[in-house]
Amino acid sequence: MKPGLLALEDGRTFAGLGFGAEGTQTGEIVFNTSMTGYQEILTDPSYHKQIVTMTVPHVGNTGINPEDVESERVWVAGFVVRALSPVVSNWRSQIDLYEYLRDQGIIGLSGVATRALVRHIREKGAMRAAIAHGEAAADAAALVELARSAPDMSGANLVDDVTCAEIYNWTETSNVAWYPQQHYDPQGPLIVAYDTGIKRNILRMMTDRGLRVTIVPARTPAADVLALKPAGVFLSNGPGDPAAVTYLIDSVRDLLGKTPVFGICLGHQILALALGGKTEKMRFGHRGGNQPVKNLLTGVVEISAHNHGFAVTADSDLHGAEVTHVNLNDNTIEGLRHVDLGAFSVQYHPEASPGPHDSLYLFDEFVGRVKNQDTVGDRG
Amino acid sequence: MPKRTDLHTLLVIGSGPIVIGQGPEFDYSGAQACKVLRREGYRVVLVNSNPATIMTDPEFADATYIEPLTPEIVEQIIEIEKPDALLPTVGGQTALNLAKALAENGALERHGVELIGAVMESIDLAEDRQLFKQAMEEIGLLCPPSEIVDSVERALAVADTLGYPVLVRPSFTLGGSGGGVAYNADELRMVSERGLKLSPVGEVLVEMSVLGWKEYELEVMRDTSGNFVVVCTIENLDPMGVHTGDSITVAPAQTLTDKELQRLRNMAKRVLDKVGLATGGANVQFAINPEDGRVFVIEMNPRVSRSSALASKATGFPIAKIAALLAVGFRLDEIPNDITRVTPASFEPSLDYVVVKFPRWDFAKFPGADANLGPQMKAVGEVMAIGRTFPEALQKAVRSLDIGVVGFGARLLEAPAAAMRVPTAQRLFQVAAALHNGMALEEIERSTGFDPWFVRQMADIMVIQSTIINKRLTLDRLDERDFRKLKHFGYGDAQVAKLIGVEEMDVRERRKAYGVVPSYYRVDTCAAEFEAHTPYLYSTFEEGDEAQPTGRKKVIILGGGPNRIGQGIEFDYCCVHACFALKELGYETIMVNCNPETVSTDYDTADRLYFEPLTVEDVLNIIDEERPSGVLVQFGGQTPLNIARELADAGAPIWGTSVDTIDLAEDRKRFNALMTELGIAQPPGATALTREEALKVANDIGYPVIVRPSYVLGGRGMAIVFDDAMLLEWLDKHITWSQHPILIDHFLDDAFELDVDALCDGERVVIGGIMEHIEEAGVHSGDSACSIPTIKITHYHLEIIRDYTRRIGLALGVKGLFNIQFAIKDEVVYVLEVNPRASRTVPYVSKATAVPLARYAAMIAAGKTLKDIGFLDEPVVDGFFVKEAVLPFQKFPGADARLGPEMRSTGEVMGHAASFGRAFAKAQLAVGSKFPLDGTAFISVNPYDRNAVVIIARDLHQMGFRLLATRGTAETLVQAGLPVTIMNKVSEGSPHIVDAIRAGEIDLILNTPRGSVAHADGSLIRGTAALYNVPLITTLSAALAVVQGIRELKQKTLKVRSLQRHHTQDRG
Repeated sequence: MKPGLLALEDGRTFAGLGFGAEGTQTGEIVFNTSMTGYQEILTDPSYHKQIVTMTVPHVGNTGINPEDVESERVWVAGFVVRALSPVVSNWRSQIDLYEYLRDQGIIGLSGVATRALVRHIREKGAMRAAIAHGEAAADAAALVELARSAPDMSGANLVDDVTCAEIYNWTETSNVAWYPQQHYDPQGPLIVAYDTGIKRNILRMMTDRGLRVTIVPARTPAADVLALKPAGVFLSNGPGDPAAVTYLIDSVRDLLGKTPVFGICLGHQILALALGGKTEKMRFGHRGGNQPVKNLLTGVVEISAHNHGFAVTADSDLHGAEVTHVNLNDNTIEGLRHVDLGAFSVQYHPEASPGPHDSLYLFDEFVGRVKNQDTVGDRG
Repeated sequence: MPKRTDLHTLLVIGSGPIVIGQGPEFDYSGAQACKVLRREGYRVVLVNSNPATIMTDPEFADATYIEPLTPEIVEQIIEIEKPDALLPTVGGQTALNLAKALAENGALERHGVELIGAVMESIDLAEDRQLFKQAMEEIGLLCPPSEIVDSVERALAVADTLGYPVLVRPSFTLGGSGGGVAYNADELRMVSERGLKLSPVGEVLVEMSVLGWKEYELEVMRDTSGNFVVVCTIENLDPMGVHTGDSITVAPAQTLTDKELQRLRNMAKRVLDKVGLATGGANVQFAINPEDGRVFVIEMNPRVSRSSALASKATGFPIAKIAALLAVGFRLDEIPNDITRVTPASFEPSLDYVVVKFPRWDFAKFPGADANLGPQMKAVGEVMAIGRTFPEALQKAVRSLDIGVVGFGARLLEAPAAAMRVPTAQRLFQVAAALHNGMALEEIERSTGFDPWFVRQMADIMVIQSTIINKRLTLDRLDERDFRKLKHFGYGDAQVAKLIGVEEMDVRERRKAYGVVPSYYRVDTCAAEFEAHTPYLYSTFEEGDEAQPTGRKKVIILGGGPNRIGQGIEFDYCCVHACFALKELGYETIMVNCNPETVSTDYDTADRLYFEPLTVEDVLNIIDEERPSGVLVQFGGQTPLNIARELADAGAPIWGTSVDTIDLAEDRKRFNALMTELGIAQPPGATALTREEALKVANDIGYPVIVRPSYVLGGRGMAIVFDDAMLLEWLDKHITWSQHPILIDHFLDDAFELDVDALCDGERVVIGGIMEHIEEAGVHSGDSACSIPTIKITHYHLEIIRDYTRRIGLALGVKGLFNIQFAIKDEVVYVLEVNPRASRTVPYVSKATAVPLARYAAMIAAGKTLKDIGFLDEPVVDGFFVKEAVLPFQKFPGADARLGPEMRSTGEVMGHAASFGRAFAKAQLAVGSKFPLDGTAFISVNPYDRNAVVIIARDLHQMGFRLLATRGTAETLVQAGLPVTIMNKVSEGSPHIVDAIRAGEIDLILNTPRGSVAHADGSLIRGTAALYNVPLITTLSAALAVVQGIRELKQKTLKVRSLQRHHTQDRG
């Protein structure tokens, strides 16, 4: 393995050994505390332009299988671990992580003092960074400069990079081994999903529940969506600053009240913005599979999967929407609903993948809402 | 729901004596529960028969009952204390079974006691394998196909349909007692017969074997509102087929994808929803087929367990404490996380390190026992190690074991691949040898069933070792990068020193010169996402030290390491007390230990906790980091004492008794000289370095002699021999001649033996307690029942003992606790042994006298005098406190169940009462041996004991017992005019005594063997008695005590009294 280096915009550097592709890349440095699911994380479009550090030391243990991907490619800008596994052990694995990242052109770094790095991010906040594998790793000063030249995450519309080019339909359901309860229905209610970087497991959670799903590019106007006569509209997860995706905020404003709307992550932030609320950048965000979210309607705590660097501003005016979920760690708003407009959303990831499945009921709620569409405006 | 205000008094049941399968972890969980429940304002009543626990310290509960854990006794306590509720989930299987018995016999209902933390239905469902299996099927989960049978015939029939091998598991036993694997019908007959007998309900499960599947365990918590969290996932290195207590385990799980892990999580949640665990902690075990990912649910424990103690230490999430809070109505999200302070307990810890648990076995103590590992747990303790990677953690775990192996690869045991198929205590060292010899990894994986992920990392460790050896590397050729690499793979300095043939201190010096020193990272539950306020630390060699040592005056206390026979919970008790004392004196306390089953490694016991191996290197590194004023080595048993000299040489400020005094007490020549100078008698003895010398010495001294290798703990290898032949046999079996001599002493046959625990501050000695052994001389003090106060010792002899104790303490210059063993024979008081440290009996003496000896010892170490402390007089004891040892023979069929000079007990209980006989009866009841008040007594004694046994037999006869005896003993009894029926020895043919025991015709056995070679007949009798749980007495002194106990029990039933009431009455 050749030398590698991670340089942060504040000048701190972390050495390691490179794997995957060689060269340099920039991105926002973030960390994820999930102990499993690196394959899902790598392929989650929400990590576009982010260099992800895993806090769990051993990564790559279970290799790479064709099933556990959340999109067609790796989206992280770089991948930093403490110990790349020297061997793959899992009956589903086909190739190892080193090879996978190399094929995908992504730089990985192993042997990094990841805990020291994570503590640095915790104290200083997420920041711009540059990762190098190979010759470029020798010049720390140049790499720090490179990090400083990277664009800021605040104000960045990254949705255009990750959204689909054309409208398409989704029919695949989950593997029953992981999700035994399925009710696929090719004649089921139609959901139109805005793709701002949608994860496949969200789509599967909908098809598993008898919904038909059509995915549209993020810039699709509301009128075109309504023309598809959807029983409901879904707003997906995605990367970047939600406030920068103005066209989608406008479309959602047009859709509200006309069809049930369900948003996840970026979709939640877009909904809040469409309602007139505000969003803000968090210091280092939530990324992991162990976050306690309390459902204020039931009082039950869900252990949930998170991946967000922005959040809905706590005291912003949401014009009639109520907070349904909060994060017990830091009181971040994690869920909203607007009863009159038939819209609801969560900041976290009920589709998990990776993470616990405690919040799958939200998809059932969405099914309930779209199946009683005529009651939109009457119920929550 | 918030805290329940309708409850006021809570009864907590402890787990009783330490036995295999139920260790000190329940002191940790019970102490946590008591502490937090009192903090919440409840009145806590505790019952536990084990005096060597922190939880039974009077300040941990409002009323503490050290009483036998039987339904009758606990009901008496309920009558006195009138608790509103009973918490049965923090005292292991013992507490659960007892709660079940109290529910079933109606006692709970009679006294209006509510069960909290569990409901009867859950306990039944989780414990009854057939019900459990049905329940799993109802929720769509699979268990390995199996059937419950109540006869050997049915077992055979079921096995025919499942195919061999099959697993046999008795219902409702501890640690899988009596379970086993049967590869054919003959084995099944044996295993199922034993299992049927051991099961309290006479049933065993015959189950399809999933040998070789991967084994996982999820530690989970659930509150009454349905909030559910997985605290920890654990992956076993040993595949299915080895009891999880005997498996090397790793946390978090390493070889599951998220999809697979979440499936287990979902299944665990469904199991909990179904089994309806009311509140609290539980664990669910799974088997996964590595070929295709098929999952079977193996079992669920609806209580805090050994693995939950491990999970608590591995994650920083205090399961028992939270379980107790949930049981009184709290919800998970209402309980704060102590470590982050800002986040709630309703979350799942994220680990950014790897934890390896390694069991500690003691098979050498049980020659003849089957040393293969299987479904019945055999380990007596365990260590846990934390590292950033698996290799680092594995290496730390191996050197934590304190078995003389400085790391993985430092012990190489050659074995063919086929031999590695059989799981044993040595398998990891066989794997190391196989890797060393270049065996293909696939072959190692195939034969051991270890996951390739683990084997490959072990191979990576070994590659480094081989490189050093092959390149003949010398110290000066190791550069900074080499040292960093060695440290990343967990190599200790001692391991490196051994590989390149230099002294450990040379390696240390050079490594430090390169600046390769550890960082200490915090166990924070959250992978650094939030700041950790609890200094719970482990070492690693990466940047970013988080220890943040304070500038306070501070003391390091070295713990005892893994639990083992001879060094158990008693020493943890002493360490915890030392810690409390120093806190009171205003010191910052720093605990170092590697045993996850203990109170000492609870992050809120000491101010700072280093979860580290107790080796010279690891301790010196902490001293470098912390710069303490003092280091205490006298509280953790032999483990810290063994490194005291090296620590002192390296400049560590050892407090209390000096290292030189420790040497003086251990060095036979110096010690003999001192005794001669003081005019104190010792049994004649000498050392020998050769076989011939040994024979000569033995004959010079005169048989019988007691022989032992030097430098051993718990009397390892010790024996009493009566003639040349026996001596030679022992030498051949136990001794590999080296520079270490063997010790040969005259054995004081028929002597009385006593133990004394005392404190010395250098100027004054005050005795804490004088204990008289009930078993006769020659039985290891740890295995002998004993009594405070003494029962048969004259005032004259007691005064001599007091005088000797004072003089020895002062002459040695002890600063703290010391223990002396005395023997009295023919009016002469002999000193057998002096240990200048806290002893095994300290907690027992402290419970009997209400004097916290270990605390005082720590204060003396810190410079206080006995006068400062105000402890100037030997305490007067009211009533009798009898300690009895608990022996693990049931777990080791084949080993001889006979008491001798080698300690083999795992734990102890205490019985107290106004009279000796009743205190003794209570102690016996507490170890599960209920004296029969009538029935049939079988007597078979050696020729030396025949005359003395007459009086015992006559008493039994007078109390209505029918007497059976073997021919020789019977003749003596008949001559004395006693009616006795002759019973055949086994060698005389059926129907013989073993048949009678099996048939349940015997209620009491008195069998005194003689000689070092286990006489086949006696051994079979004792083995069968142990197996069938018939009270067995192996010494005449114990028999006398039993007779006295039975007589008193016939007159009056046992009464209970709390320690608090007992000791206040004392003072009043």
